[in-house]
Amino acid sequence: MNERFLSKKIKDIPPSGIRKFFDIVTEMEDAISLGVGEPDFDTPWHIREEGIYSLEKGKTVYTSNAGLMELREEICYYLHRRFNLTYDPKTEMLITVGGSEGIDLALRAMLNPGDEVLIPEPCFVSYKPCAVMAGGEPVVIPLKAQNEFRLTKEDLEAYITPKTKLLVLPFPNNPTGAIMTQKDLEAIVELIIQHDLFVISDEIYAELTYGDEKHVSIASLPGMKERTLVLNGFSKAYAMTGWRMGYAAGPAPLIKVMTKIHQYAIMCAPTTSQYAAIEAARNGDEDIQRMKTAYDQRRRVMVKGFRDMGLDCFEPLGAFYVFPSIEKTGFSSEEFATQLLYQEKVAVVPGTAFGESGEGFIRCSYAYSVDAIKVALERIEHFVKRYI
Amino acid sequence: MEKMREIILEILEKNSKIDPSDLAVMLGLTEVEVVNEIQKMEKEQIICGYHTLINWDKTTKESVTALIEVKVTPQRGEGFDRIAERIYRFHEVKAVYLMSGGFDLTVIIEGSTMKEVALFVAQKLSTLDSVLSTATHFVLKKYKDHGLIFEDRKKDERMVVSP
Repeated sequence: MNERFLSKKIKDIPPSGIRKFFDIVTEMEDAISLGVGEPDFDTPWHIREEGIYSLEKGKTVYTSNAGLMELREEICYYLHRRFNLTYDPKTEMLITVGGSEGIDLALRAMLNPGDEVLIPEPCFVSYKPCAVMAGGEPVVIPLKAQNEFRLTKEDLEAYITPKTKLLVLPFPNNPTGAIMTQKDLEAIVELIIQHDLFVISDEIYAELTYGDEKHVSIASLPGMKERTLVLNGFSKAYAMTGWRMGYAAGPAPLIKVMTKIHQYAIMCAPTTSQYAAIEAARNGDEDIQRMKTAYDQRRRVMVKGFRDMGLDCFEPLGAFYVFPSIEKTGFSSEEFATQLLYQEKVAVVPGTAFGESGEGFIRCSYAYSVDAIKVALERIEHFVKRYI
Repeated sequence: MEKMREIILEILEKNSKIDPSDLAVMLGLTEVEVVNEIQKMEKEQIICGYHTLINWDKTTKESVTALIEVKVTPQRGEGFDRIAERIYRFHEVKAVYLMSGGFDLTVIIEGSTMKEVALFVAQKLSTLDSVLSTATHFVLKKYKDHGLIFEDRKKDERMVVSP
């Protein structure tokens, strides 16, 4: 096929840094991986069973564009119960194909050419390309290790221009494991309101926070509900990545426009998954707690492991990643990850896959058994000892 | 600490071989605290022993398990406890539970052959004075025991690296 058939805009978007690394890792046999961005648990059986039951009953047709009303209602109860958020299931809630579709829809629904979107990095890989595809201008805010990768008022203020329209707020954060506490959020709210910004708050890891601080949604702070879109989903909290179940909750006019795009591009989220998700939202709180307890235990093992081998590692209080600094080894993130893979057969993801400010760090997932984590840590220590 | 005890027990119930130093890191405690707590719970007989979960079907050892429904006459002043003791003292008996519903005691027996188990029921169990009747059910296959599915060792199918 002639290349001229391809869109120039899309060709100019660089491939994901993760993708590049993925190709190297898959060539390597018997490598052990800390590179996975999804839970190691199976979806709890009672949720899978509801999916199966819906198939048995012949629930195999489209649902309404916005998703099953029963599911939207159940999610609204859930958001109120867990995060003190109040949404109208009829007009303020849209079921999406994973959290990722929500990101794409939100940016497409709001950006006009030239509009600037603030994206704090390191962060999940799709905000920037989606902003470009939507015709906007992504503006990166590099977050700092000394702030434990939280977004501070000063960082935010420095990047606001008259063209700034949106702020993406990805906390609890993949890849750093950073969270924004209520206090951290309160510090930036005034600025957001003063500059009339709108926030896309990606809260896919909302259920996975550790320590005393429970996740606080910025939408629950005074004056913020009308200028926040909350993105969330079932993938991380219920170990349902393959079901592709996400949702967006926000002001009715925005949900309406997002639903319009969703209607033309997707039709509706998978029906079987929606029935399973009803069961998850209704009866899944205990499953979340059970998995979270296990993650928390592994998190401690991993943080201690990196600190014991002499690497700086701030305590991540969210998601299931640690983000240790590998600066002391003298390697760049990519060299470190590549050498570690070749020498010790352990796969980690270079911090730079999540933005330039990830340089000097690696992302290690603890969505693995404690035994697997211990083996990986031993090998990493063996490697690190050679260079520091 | 009550909550912490519960978590320690939940972990030990699945893996009693876990190293106390690992357990300490996982729970954010010191090793001394963990060891002390476990010893205390052993003393209080909250922890009564440490078992190994074995799938005997995969070995050459001949073994059969039977679940026996027993109806008994409870005794004045002692209820079911006295007759339960008469039964659980036999070393062939692996477990005895007092039940609600259609019968009184569930007795789980292990023997090397069906005949051995049947003889035990005929000669020892049903001849006890308070035993009114027994119904013996032999276990043909164990799919899941102590929360663990025996044939469930599947490999990690996740992509090795994902965002």
